[in-house]
Amino acid sequence: MTRTAKLVAGGTLAAAVVALGGGAAWAQEAETVMTAEDVQVNLDNVFVLVAAVLVIFMQAGFALVEAGLTRAKSVANIMMKNMMDFCAGALAFFAVGYAIAFGAGGNDFFGTGGWFLGDGAFQYGTLTVPVTFIFQVAFAATAATIVSGAMAERTKFKSYFLYSIAISGLIYPIVVHWNWGGGWLAGLSTPFHDFAGSSMVHMVGGVAALMGAAVLGPRIGKYGPDGKPRAILGHNIPYAVLGTFILLVGWYGFNPGSELAADGAIGGIAVTTTLAAAAGAITAMLAIWAKSGKPDVAMTANGMLAGLVGITAGTAAVSNVGAVIIGAAAGVIVVTAVFFFDRIHIDDPVGAISVHGVCGAFGTICVGLFATEDTDFWQQGLFYGGGTSQLVSQVIGVVAIAVFVAVTAGILFTVLKATVGLRVSEDEELAGLDVLEHGAPGYGPDTTPGLPSTSRSGGRTTTVPTGASS
Amino acid sequence: MIKLVTAVIKPQMLEPVKDGLKDMGVQGITVTEVKGFGRQGGHTETYRGAEYTVDLVPKLKVEVICGLADAEGVMEMIRKCAYTGKIGDGKVWMIDLERLMRVRTGEMGDEAI
Repeated sequence: MTRTAKLVAGGTLAAAVVALGGGAAWAQEAETVMTAEDVQVNLDNVFVLVAAVLVIFMQAGFALVEAGLTRAKSVANIMMKNMMDFCAGALAFFAVGYAIAFGAGGNDFFGTGGWFLGDGAFQYGTLTVPVTFIFQVAFAATAATIVSGAMAERTKFKSYFLYSIAISGLIYPIVVHWNWGGGWLAGLSTPFHDFAGSSMVHMVGGVAALMGAAVLGPRIGKYGPDGKPRAILGHNIPYAVLGTFILLVGWYGFNPGSELAADGAIGGIAVTTTLAAAAGAITAMLAIWAKSGKPDVAMTANGMLAGLVGITAGTAAVSNVGAVIIGAAAGVIVVTAVFFFDRIHIDDPVGAISVHGVCGAFGTICVGLFATEDTDFWQQGLFYGGGTSQLVSQVIGVVAIAVFVAVTAGILFTVLKATVGLRVSEDEELAGLDVLEHGAPGYGPDTTPGLPSTSRSGGRTTTVPTGASS
Repeated sequence: MIKLVTAVIKPQMLEPVKDGLKDMGVQGITVTEVKGFGRQGGHTETYRGAEYTVDLVPKLKVEVICGLADAEGVMEMIRKCAYTGKIGDGKVWMIDLERLMRVRTGEMGDEAI
């Protein structure tokens, strides 16, 4: 049969199906025709899945920010930590974390049920179990990876890996259960409100980061003999800023996605997110400019993230002006906090404690100040005449979560220190972690052309050419 | 007599120095990235609000091999082209070269310049 004949035959067949079978098929489908509600359910599922993917992309942002603000000699170790806290965290959250966070059994403090996504696994409204899980596992991984930056350049990889399992499988899920899982914070007379996780995710990571950095101690050379903090320059500012922009993009999954529905609210949430990010970067830039005479790039990047962390709790509850104020305040707070932790000898190479811990607490409390009106989910804030009921709940939540994480993460890091050891040897730290922890440097020996630092790295062999003999 | 003229200059002055030496007929130069400090002893900057001292400032080292007759001219040309008048312009010096050989041909002395 020729090509043309085939096409004609195919066309005829299709026409016949439409003419003869079409009517019958239509009648059959009429009973299962999709309603507007079905379409909305599908749309919600698609939107939340896409948002989850954006949140997972934030892992790349965290990796780049951390790599950029630290030294080249440990960059492979940093990439490895960021890769593994996601992988270990995903499996731990799948196995037990999701059940502890959202399982219908249990009590006000932890859930049970739906282990390994089995029978009874939680689903939010009409979102499917897999979509709900993917969105939540992305958040668990975010809380876990925040800690990496504060512990950079001196932590044993093995210990960091074990920490990742514990935070994603146990510490973070318990906190989540208290609020999003329907636990005691959700049951307060005025329920605690943290829309997308200023404290549930960011402050959890930030406080764990504080405990990790405190138990570890500062990097060698961070403090002079006089105790004054010394700058240890990051090796790649473009990485740090690219990472910051990736985090900003990811935040459009983090905040609008937390609406958990494709509805009319997501656009407004994206706007407050944007405004707070912009305001935070600008005020952080101005603050560091006033303080040290120049607009420091890394600190400005911290300011953008501070604004984002700050708006995350109230992103749906505050006005646009409120978002600018919250972001702007977070930008100044983060600079002050970085100086504070530097002064008390908590060495945090990327500013994770200040960005996520301090600004996470601040943003959560801001809901009690800036929420514009009463809704089913939050009460009007103090600045809008709503009184202090929401503010009190916010403070209770922040204090409870911070204390819980400080105690559990403190115990975790202390136990790790006493057993497998938390910190690499002094020699290894000075040499950089890449080769001694992982076997090869992050930037290979041919990064500098013409100066091979290993044998057999691609240059000529040492055989004497005959032409040189004359 | 063969001379080795060596200069340590500001990195951004390489282009004028290179052009000046080419214009006066210099056949080849070798440039190396180096770091060092001079009388000023570096300067302080800040990173994330913490101070640090840049005591080894990046410079370029330019080496020119030339005959005795050209050596003074090469030194003068480098000074003229590398000059900004500000602190950190660098130095130029000259030493005698005992032996010189071209790798490809085995030529010695003035022939190898």
